[in-house]
Amino acid sequence: MTETVSGNRGLLQAEALIFETGSLARTGVDMPAPKGRANRLGGLGRKVAPALPGLSEPEAVRHYVRLSQKNYAIDLGFFPLGSCTMKHNPRLNEKMARLEGFADLHPLQPTQTVQGALLLMEELARWLLTLTGMEAVALSPKAGAHGELCGMLAIRAALQARGEGETRKRVLVPESAHGTNPATAAACGFIVDEIKATEDGHVDLEDLKTKLGPDVAGIMLTNPNTCGLFERDIRTIADLIHGAGGYFYCDGANYNAIVGRVRPGDLGVDAMHINLHKTFSTPHGGGGPGAGPTVLSPALAPYAPVPHMVRRGEELALVEHAEDAEGTPFGRMCAFHGQMGMYVRALTYMLSHGSDGLRQVAEDSVLNANYLLARLKGHFNAPFGGQPCMHEVLLDDSTLRPHGVETIDLAKALLDEGYHPMTTYFPLVVHGALLIEPTETESKAELDRFADVLIALAERAKTDSAHFKSAPHLAPMRRLDETRAARQPKLRWKPVEALKTAAE
Amino acid sequence: MRYLPLSDDDRAQMLAVIGAKSVDDLYAGVPSGALLDKPVALPAHQGEQEVERLMKLLASCNIPAGKTAFFLGAGAYRHHIPASVDHLIQRSEFLTTYTPYQPEIAQGTLQALYEFQTQVALLLDMEVANASMYDGSTGMAEAALMAARVTKRTRVVLSGGVHPHYAETVRTTCEAAGLEIVALPAAVDDEMAVLRAMDANTAAVIVQSPNVFGAITDLKPIADGAHAGGALLVASFTEAMAFGLIEPPGAMGADIVVGEGQSIGNALNFGGPYVGLFATKEKYLRQSPGRLAGETVDADGKRGFVLTLSTREQHIRREKATSNICTNSGLCTLAWTIHMTLLGAEGLKRVATLNHENACDLADALAATPGVEVLTRRYFNEFAIRLPKRADIVLDALLEKGIIGGVPFARLNPTEGMENVLLVCATETNTPEDINAYAAALKEIVQ
Repeated sequence: MTETVSGNRGLLQAEALIFETGSLARTGVDMPAPKGRANRLGGLGRKVAPALPGLSEPEAVRHYVRLSQKNYAIDLGFFPLGSCTMKHNPRLNEKMARLEGFADLHPLQPTQTVQGALLLMEELARWLLTLTGMEAVALSPKAGAHGELCGMLAIRAALQARGEGETRKRVLVPESAHGTNPATAAACGFIVDEIKATEDGHVDLEDLKTKLGPDVAGIMLTNPNTCGLFERDIRTIADLIHGAGGYFYCDGANYNAIVGRVRPGDLGVDAMHINLHKTFSTPHGGGGPGAGPTVLSPALAPYAPVPHMVRRGEELALVEHAEDAEGTPFGRMCAFHGQMGMYVRALTYMLSHGSDGLRQVAEDSVLNANYLLARLKGHFNAPFGGQPCMHEVLLDDSTLRPHGVETIDLAKALLDEGYHPMTTYFPLVVHGALLIEPTETESKAELDRFADVLIALAERAKTDSAHFKSAPHLAPMRRLDETRAARQPKLRWKPVEALKTAAE
Repeated sequence: MRYLPLSDDDRAQMLAVIGAKSVDDLYAGVPSGALLDKPVALPAHQGEQEVERLMKLLASCNIPAGKTAFFLGAGAYRHHIPASVDHLIQRSEFLTTYTPYQPEIAQGTLQALYEFQTQVALLLDMEVANASMYDGSTGMAEAALMAARVTKRTRVVLSGGVHPHYAETVRTTCEAAGLEIVALPAAVDDEMAVLRAMDANTAAVIVQSPNVFGAITDLKPIADGAHAGGALLVASFTEAMAFGLIEPPGAMGADIVVGEGQSIGNALNFGGPYVGLFATKEKYLRQSPGRLAGETVDADGKRGFVLTLSTREQHIRREKATSNICTNSGLCTLAWTIHMTLLGAEGLKRVATLNHENACDLADALAATPGVEVLTRRYFNEFAIRLPKRADIVLDALLEKGIIGGVPFARLNPTEGMENVLLVCATETNTPEDINAYAAALKEIVQ
């Protein structure tokens, strides 16, 4: 490739770290001069100023715009990352979240000054409960995994109330589960016991039956599951777990496939988190923030954490302490009341779609996935492709491997084609998994283009594995050495001069 | 529906390719009776204009902080955020991307995280920082769990100066994981009490400075005492801007530093989303929670960044992971790092000084009313006052005069004897007129 003098490549600018370009004396913020009055720090003033470089506003704007241009994003193209629901993020949501009547509210303002915020939370709760058919919702969890924690703590509290907190310690988790499920169960003091999947990608009922017993606290099951399938035996599973005295936690990561069409409350679910940053379109922001409201069945509702709202006539009030609650809350998930900024965005999305539109969301997401499955299954192995999928298509690399091309190589080749790859190597139950989630916000034309590219790459793999092994060629960076990063961790910038001196 | 590109014609064509008669065929796995045949009982879809009208109506039922003379802190702070911060974080490439799992097309996010981690480490004077937790309170729970892993002990002592919501969050999260949580009674300025509550099974003492009453503490003797007993010092804070002016916890021997980063770059947002800052010593890195961005090279030898040390994390380690965290506070870290880059050391010191001076002016003005006592001796931008009447009653009376005057401590922790204590904060956003109005109104109300 042509080398340039500057290191830039046309529109793509090389960009140094702020520590290499900024200055300790520079600032991009003008403020009045302090008065110089005596301080009240009691001798605890900072002795050495932090070596934080500053940039003027034009330099800072350019720095971050240049960085942004090294990122792929939904707004740029198709982002079929399975399990992540990378749908379009409506800009109206952003505009509403920035209204000063929402954004400029302190969480501890007197409640008579935040009635609109509490109304919004009440309305969001109403939508979530109507859509899911559940009894109560804890809004405060800050992300999916935090919602899982909320649900499992509610189960723990319910078991303790029954006097079985010490005896029921085992939580059943399918081997296909998201890593957060076993991690959450362990964080609540439970022992994780894996249950097997059947050859066609469902929970193995026979294996489940052998694992039931008086020490079982519950099951954590994703539905639709991580293989992209609806758990057809879900009611039997719920009956079995309830019959054994346990509770049913449903991981709601894949709720997008069924929103408005199936209510988890009709399936025997006791607790389920809802990722507002998936189903309800709040932006992923490069890794967060999210929100994970957790809906609860009548059996678990009394244990919902504080805070929650109560209506006192015309006024809404916050119950912030367990002793003021009607039920017996298990505690508190976080400071304040949760992710208000995400509630505004999610409710804006809900009102925009309405009950009819949300139903269409689920149907189109499932239709898009099945369309991709139909177009791709003659060219890739679809391990569970003999049945309709939900909103994700699961393929694997078994037809590529004989030619020396693996999942990671296909993913990196997709970078050159201008796509974000699908989720790779997950779920773990399928070797070399390729999990594709198109979402409902892609057009048929976009799906066709993507299918054409994947089919062409499958053909190319038969004769040209070298192309895949050295990919990407055209991305902002070539393949990065992740092993080196882990073996010699460099997690922050340090001045080169200081390192040189140390070496001498 | 403006957000759905498929036409009915597309849908029909696609069903034909799939070989299904209707979309209901695709839901064949759903148990009978569970597939709803009509929309649930909620309103139908609406246009942008109608939705905007509704949301604005809800927003108008609130009194935003900026419309009042405003003096609330206690874990969330109102600062001026430069216009460029919110503009930059709304760039599509930052806003609408995912966790940077494909580093070749995510260098923007990764480099920003690497710069963020470095800035956090420098601000707190710690060796390493992670790529964020949800917020300060959940981060504190993670710090307690981490200390237990490091020391192989199971008891954690929290000072009476820790924000009560944080203490409750730690208790809820950590007791379930098998730790014993000892939260000392509320105390305005007695962080040293944690040392008296230590025993041989104590994994960590957790101290907040500035604490919920605004008091700042010399952590050095606490670090020494904790270390002498084989425990770690976890230092916390809710007002990150303080470290522009006060000695950072890393310089006083803290082993883990965790706190709330909202006050830099992030709006109040009624409590969230916020951003947890988390820093520690290199030797404890492999026990730490959360994501880490690290430097490496690409196939051409060019410097680049990746997520690293992920064998600690849930997607690899599952039930043996150091934490269950996955989604964190990505975009809030971006706002934080942009604001910090605009400030630089100079700007940070100046804004911190303006905060402190306004707080000192406010304390003097309020203390001029007989019967009003400032309880906090050493503070940054917030302090506690004792009023001659119940704090919640005074607060209601202040509100009638357009002043939101503080947080009654009893709202956070209904403790006997604290009914008259009000937590008060001033930042660079408060004007001398605000402060004078507050002092005059308070005088009128309590006399």
